[in-house]
Amino acid sequence: MQKDHNTGGPPGPTGRIRHRKRSSEVSFDASKENGGHLLVDDQNKYKSMWIRLYSSLWMIGGFALIIYMGHLYICAMIVIIQIFMAKELFNLLRKAHEDRRLPGFRLLNWHFFFTVMLFVYGRILSQRLVNTVTSDKFLYQLVSSFIKYHMVTCYFLYIAGFMWFILTLKKKMYKYQFGQYAWTHMILIVVFTQSSFTVANIFEGIFWFLLPASLIVINDIAAYIVGFFFGRTPLIKLSPKKTWEGFIGASIITMISAFMLANFMGRFQWLTCPRKDLSAGWLHCDPGPLFKPETMSLPGWVPPWLPWRDFSIFPVQWHALWLGLFASIIAPFGGFFASGFKRAFKIKDFGDSIPGHGGITDRMDCQMVMAVFAYIYHQSFVVPQSLSVEMILEQILTNLSFEEQQDLYVRLGQIFQERLYGLS
Amino acid sequence: MDQSTSGTTTPRVRHRKRSSEVPAEAVKSNGVQLLVNDQNKYRSMWTRIQSSLWMVLGLACALYLGHLYIWAMVVVIQIFMARELFNLLRRANEDRRLPGFWLLDWHFFFTALLFVYGRILSQQLVYTGASDKLFYKLTSVFVKYQMVICYFLYIAGFVWFILSLKKKMYKYQFGQYAWTHMILIVVFTQSSFTVANIFEGLFWFLLPAALIAVNDVAAYFFGFFFGKTPLIKLSPKKTWEGFIGASVATVISAFLLANVLGRYQWLTCPRKGLTTGWLRCDPDPLFKPEIYSLQDWVPQWFPWKEFSVLRVQWHALCLGLFASIIAPFGGFFASGFKRAFKIKDFGDSIPGHGGITDRMDCQMVMAIFAYIYHQSFVVPQSYSVEMILDQILGNLNFEEQQALYMKLGQIFHERQWYIQE
Repeated sequence: MQKDHNTGGPPGPTGRIRHRKRSSEVSFDASKENGGHLLVDDQNKYKSMWIRLYSSLWMIGGFALIIYMGHLYICAMIVIIQIFMAKELFNLLRKAHEDRRLPGFRLLNWHFFFTVMLFVYGRILSQRLVNTVTSDKFLYQLVSSFIKYHMVTCYFLYIAGFMWFILTLKKKMYKYQFGQYAWTHMILIVVFTQSSFTVANIFEGIFWFLLPASLIVINDIAAYIVGFFFGRTPLIKLSPKKTWEGFIGASIITMISAFMLANFMGRFQWLTCPRKDLSAGWLHCDPGPLFKPETMSLPGWVPPWLPWRDFSIFPVQWHALWLGLFASIIAPFGGFFASGFKRAFKIKDFGDSIPGHGGITDRMDCQMVMAVFAYIYHQSFVVPQSLSVEMILEQILTNLSFEEQQDLYVRLGQIFQERLYGLS
Repeated sequence: MDQSTSGTTTPRVRHRKRSSEVPAEAVKSNGVQLLVNDQNKYRSMWTRIQSSLWMVLGLACALYLGHLYIWAMVVVIQIFMARELFNLLRRANEDRRLPGFWLLDWHFFFTALLFVYGRILSQQLVYTGASDKLFYKLTSVFVKYQMVICYFLYIAGFVWFILSLKKKMYKYQFGQYAWTHMILIVVFTQSSFTVANIFEGLFWFLLPAALIAVNDVAAYFFGFFFGKTPLIKLSPKKTWEGFIGASVATVISAFLLANVLGRYQWLTCPRKGLTTGWLRCDPDPLFKPEIYSLQDWVPQWFPWKEFSVLRVQWHALCLGLFASIIAPFGGFFASGFKRAFKIKDFGDSIPGHGGITDRMDCQMVMAIFAYIYHQSFVVPQSYSVEMILDQILGNLNFEEQQALYMKLGQIFHERQWYIQE
């Protein structure tokens, strides 16, 4: 793997301690040798904090707008974020010198990107696509044949890329090309696993996308603020600005806000209803037992002068506690991984798209770990799944035609009826 | 990053999979030398034939024993292949300063094993049916929470990796981490597809594997006798004559082999469940012979008036085509990889052939294709309402059947709603 210097400024004679996500405009004399310096006493902190605040507000604003507009737009936003993230990462370890001698090699990266996109979103959206086009017979045929041969199509696209790669191997460039090939695969896996799980979560209900994402943001901000005022003991050598006080304080704050945020978000049907197709209109549904308030009364040992005796809790708030726990304890490791990676390859930021924050990957590093967990948690504990039922259902939907499915349904119904009569 | 080169100063032309006993003066700078004229070719050919025979014997034995034993054989091959590949790009110097880092590789290996085979196991358990035994209960709990368990094992490895990052070793460690992931993906994708194929019927495992072997052997012999024009710079011993001759030979043998293999129920019946006993099943329409009459075409004296063709033989033609044209690219990839990292062979487990990865490089590409082909073109043709109804009634308990019925009803209801809009 090659080194790349993404930002200006020579590496100073001071130690390798870099400030996490500091704006590139801040001069290098602000770097301190001792990582245990409190941020409150830092000279240029206010300027960098203002820039970060400014771009954060823009991001939050844009995000809120997209949430208002709906599931499809959120998916589109995720796809766009993905494309930019992949572009950042593809460019990261490319060596300009070698690239000049391999024209068209970059196309290969985007070919694989397109193949994986087709594969991943084809799987997730297939059922919803079918639901959207059932009105038109011709489109339905087209879509169902696409779904049927989806795997083969993606496989042949991949094999075409594989063969293209082998045929473009140039003497003396083998090692660089193989390195790029492996790097491409790793990037695509990282980018697409988390984004596909995110999209799957969105269609289960925006709640399951919004809550984990907010928890990560809250954890980040809380860690920053608590570390700002109380931080003394460094947490990990990889990120010298992080402190134990910030970590623990942020964990507590995250879990409390998880509990309360879940209550707040659970009231909106726009956020809690699953989307069964690819339309963009208003959503109404039965929220399900998770989002129905249950009244709980405080236990008898609480003194009687406390005004609130009962309070209503959504069962989903208990799930939110687990999400909060994960967001505060494990998700930061995504950030440590990214920091370690940047140190290993001596880069300051993944990119410079967002002023004050670095590149998109810098913002998404913890989000990625959280998105995968949120999906797996949802599939395992929230939605009661029976693997065999899912398997057979999938077989039915992909291999039988519309009429055959109806036929199966009718016959199954008949068998149940017979059983009922047989028992009585 | 060299591991096992012979350290010669001759140009980079290496002979593909030559036995390590052959002295270096047999290496020629001109890659177009016909194999027929090589001095030590006979000795190396004999070593190769010997080890090939042992491998074929071992495979035949496993085949006779059955699906579960072949699965075990695949897992064992996987473990050896992963070990070869893990060791390949490891640097002894760095490794001394990172005690226990190799454990991380095996942790991820174990996690991937659990994930991949857990899914296959869960599918097979559906067919075994419910039982009260403790083992079954434990396994079904595992299957239900399989994703979470594997995810947390992975996260544990991830956290362990981050906590073990040592100053000045970051780049090496990240490189090893990426390398581990790539190895596990390559090894497990193809082996999981292979195992899935095995349970669909040994035929779908044996035929592709045999075609790759046939293609390899045929290419060797055609190149031996007729090879003149080099095929690709990556593998200088390969020739166009060998390639085309082997393609023709492979497609023809695919057609014939499918006929031979398709007659045995042991090979064609799918294995439902984790039993090891004898297999009896209703032969799939694919394996029923269709008679084609030659009466109008051939003169009277021709003894064969008709020949029977199994429908599966047409599928075998596609498999043969892929095996001869695309699967060799797996071998080119491995050759290019070895050149890039200046290694001669992936390992030296098999005398005359190199390491296990050297033998499996084309097999891997083929196994994936065979599975995808089977799922896309063979399976849907055999689905019918009857079959699925049988599955539902036979394999699901009452609550699950009701759940399925309700879900289907919901899906139809939504569809109707959209049609009316």
